[in-house]
Amino acid sequence: MRGWRISAVAIVIAIVAWDLAIHLSGNTLLPGPLAVARALGELAVSGRLARYAIASLFRVTWGFALAVVVGIPLGLVLGWFARGGRTIGPILQFVRPISPLAWIPLSILWFGVGDAAAVFLIFIATVLPLTLTAMHAARGVHHVHVEAARNFGLSSAAIVRRVLLPSALPELIGGIRIALGIAWLVVVAAEMIAVNSGLGFLIVDARNAGDRYDLVVAGMVAIGVIGLVLDNALRALANSPVVSGRRA
Amino acid sequence: MRFERWLLPLAFTIVLVALWQLAVGTGKTGVLPGPWQVALGMRELWERGVLVGYAIDSLRRVAVGYAIAVAIGIPLGLWMGLSTSVFAAANPLVQILRPISPIAWIPIAIVLFGIGDGAPIFLIALAGVFPIASSVAAQVRSVPPMFLAAARNFGLGEAAIIRRVLFPAVLPQMLSMLRLALGVCWIVVVAAEMIAVDSGLGYLIIDSRNAGKRYDLVVAGMVLVGAIGLVLDLSFRLLERVRSVRWGFRSNS
Amino acid sequence: MTAKLEARGVAMTFPGPPEVRALEPIDLDVREGELVCLLGPSGCGKSTFLQIVAGFIRPTSGTVAIDGKPVDGPDRKRIFVFQERGVFPWLTVADNIGFGLADLARDVRAKRVAEYVELVGLRGFEHAYPHELSGGMKQRVEVARALAVDPDMLFLDEPFGALDSMTRLSMRSELLRIWQAAKKTIMFVTHDVDESVQLADRVVVMSARPGRIRSIVDIDIPRPRDLSSPRYLELRDGLLAEIGLAHAI
Repeated sequence: MRGWRISAVAIVIAIVAWDLAIHLSGNTLLPGPLAVARALGELAVSGRLARYAIASLFRVTWGFALAVVVGIPLGLVLGWFARGGRTIGPILQFVRPISPLAWIPLSILWFGVGDAAAVFLIFIATVLPLTLTAMHAARGVHHVHVEAARNFGLSSAAIVRRVLLPSALPELIGGIRIALGIAWLVVVAAEMIAVNSGLGFLIVDARNAGDRYDLVVAGMVAIGVIGLVLDNALRALANSPVVSGRRA
Repeated sequence: MRFERWLLPLAFTIVLVALWQLAVGTGKTGVLPGPWQVALGMRELWERGVLVGYAIDSLRRVAVGYAIAVAIGIPLGLWMGLSTSVFAAANPLVQILRPISPIAWIPIAIVLFGIGDGAPIFLIALAGVFPIASSVAAQVRSVPPMFLAAARNFGLGEAAIIRRVLFPAVLPQMLSMLRLALGVCWIVVVAAEMIAVDSGLGYLIIDSRNAGKRYDLVVAGMVLVGAIGLVLDLSFRLLERVRSVRWGFRSNS
Repeated sequence: MTAKLEARGVAMTFPGPPEVRALEPIDLDVREGELVCLLGPSGCGKSTFLQIVAGFIRPTSGTVAIDGKPVDGPDRKRIFVFQERGVFPWLTVADNIGFGLADLARDVRAKRVAEYVELVGLRGFEHAYPHELSGGMKQRVEVARALAVDPDMLFLDEPFGALDSMTRLSMRSELLRIWQAAKKTIMFVTHDVDESVQLADRVVVMSARPGRIRSIVDIDIPRPRDLSSPRYLELRDGLLAEIGLAHAI
């Protein structure tokens, strides 16, 4: 059986199994696939789906862009100069396991409830992985390439531009992809706690405001799909000849 | 210089902590606690008996959830990697469910398990199983066909091929991935505890704020989370240094 | 006397897009105990042909029979030796060599492994891991592993390609020594003309696109072969001319 046909059948089976499970368990709270589909329709028609999705994406964009602008150059520098990496590296490794969500109280303290807090959380959550990836990518630049560049009389700035960046690019894109996944995870969590719009908020609000679990799951589906689309877009970018053709 | 390895980070940490204390001392950041207050907060937690207790609660939930994620994720990943039809069947579901933050599952988890250990464990298992399965599948598919061909050449049956060639071949990468997955589970437990239970480090962090704006305890909790996470990560790295696995790791720090 | 290996009308087309006609129908017989070289430039299908006769690839048409029985998959009696990358990196030298001997009793296996460690000259390295070994040593591990299960036939696909030229020379005489001691039938793929004349009883010259047999040359020099004898040079020049390579640069 051809691949995509198997996938399609599997998805159908999964949906049917879901429906059966709900009916058989007699659970009145959790929604079946039909209820979720209707809820998605309701959200789409009323424009809330688009509004919330845009709100979430907006926060991700801002927080993530900030993290890229700060983290990647910092990481490249730290990776390039070995001593810098050895000094700062362990600290970063220490801070990394601290869940970005543990920062929530502090972020609410500093920014109150609202967009800034969410953006800050996304920034905190992604800046570290991005820095670490950039460090690793910079360290991985083949010294043979650097020496060849010096041999050709390139200035330091030119070496950075024409050797370091192209060499590091594939790994950086990979790291960006992972960090974007994290950002998407965090925005949802942040919105459940610290703001009042967006897909994460939808999930919490739908439950709190009336046990509308069909909306909850509809929100989850929207989150899953958007996250998947983002990830695939980046994967296509990573595999594009422009980027991967430069693999050292 | 050999001692550079620990001396530099240590020096840097000391400088950071000193700056932190300075910043708080000048009163610019208002309610942010300084390092000394945080240290005192930790002692308070210790005296109240919750420092160790909460840490153990969080660790326990991670242990169970992680074990479940591994027990389901590795076989599933192996199966997906070995069979193109299973991969075609399971992968779309995995890829759709994976980006859904475990946190988004919280309402469902609460409906299914109520308040207690069940919900966080469910969330942790969820957080771990998709990356593990997805990763193992990718690793299996990238085993050099030469190894499998050689194994068949020597007359090995399918089960023996999996046991003696496939598994050892993916082991180094799998260890790395399991280490990262543990890190993710640790992050998730803290988040899950902020919402769905009444003990553990995540609960400590959110409760310290809600119950009286004790930011010194909040930060103390954060420090603990970081420290335990680091210990987990380092312990795992020790595993990776076992000689029969070391062939799979590039020799850098 | 039936040949050890009989290939009849073996052709291979890889499905596209684009479709690649790798091999035109090939007929070849290999006698018991022979050492046959497949010689040709990159892309002439010699590796593909070797994998077909070893049973790893099913040909688009044609049949291969070994000892009169059709080949329909890889078999312990016919071991394929890749370049040294075929060695399992997670096993020691001893465990690699003993890989195919899992169903023997432990002491029997240990004894057999020790024999082959000795045979390929790796005494002292039994507990080393492949990443601690040089390319030539890894290749010897792979040959030992192949021999340890006592196959009838060995298929070697440019086994010495990744080695430096000095190691290559010593590995060739090692291979001949082992071959003469163990009396296996060997099919050997190479793109190195000298290698084929040094090793083979017969050289099967192949040309590319699509792959086919151009000619088969008997190497009638007795062993050990003198690499500067007139007959050696004559055969080598003949092969070079056959392939169309100038011999003054």
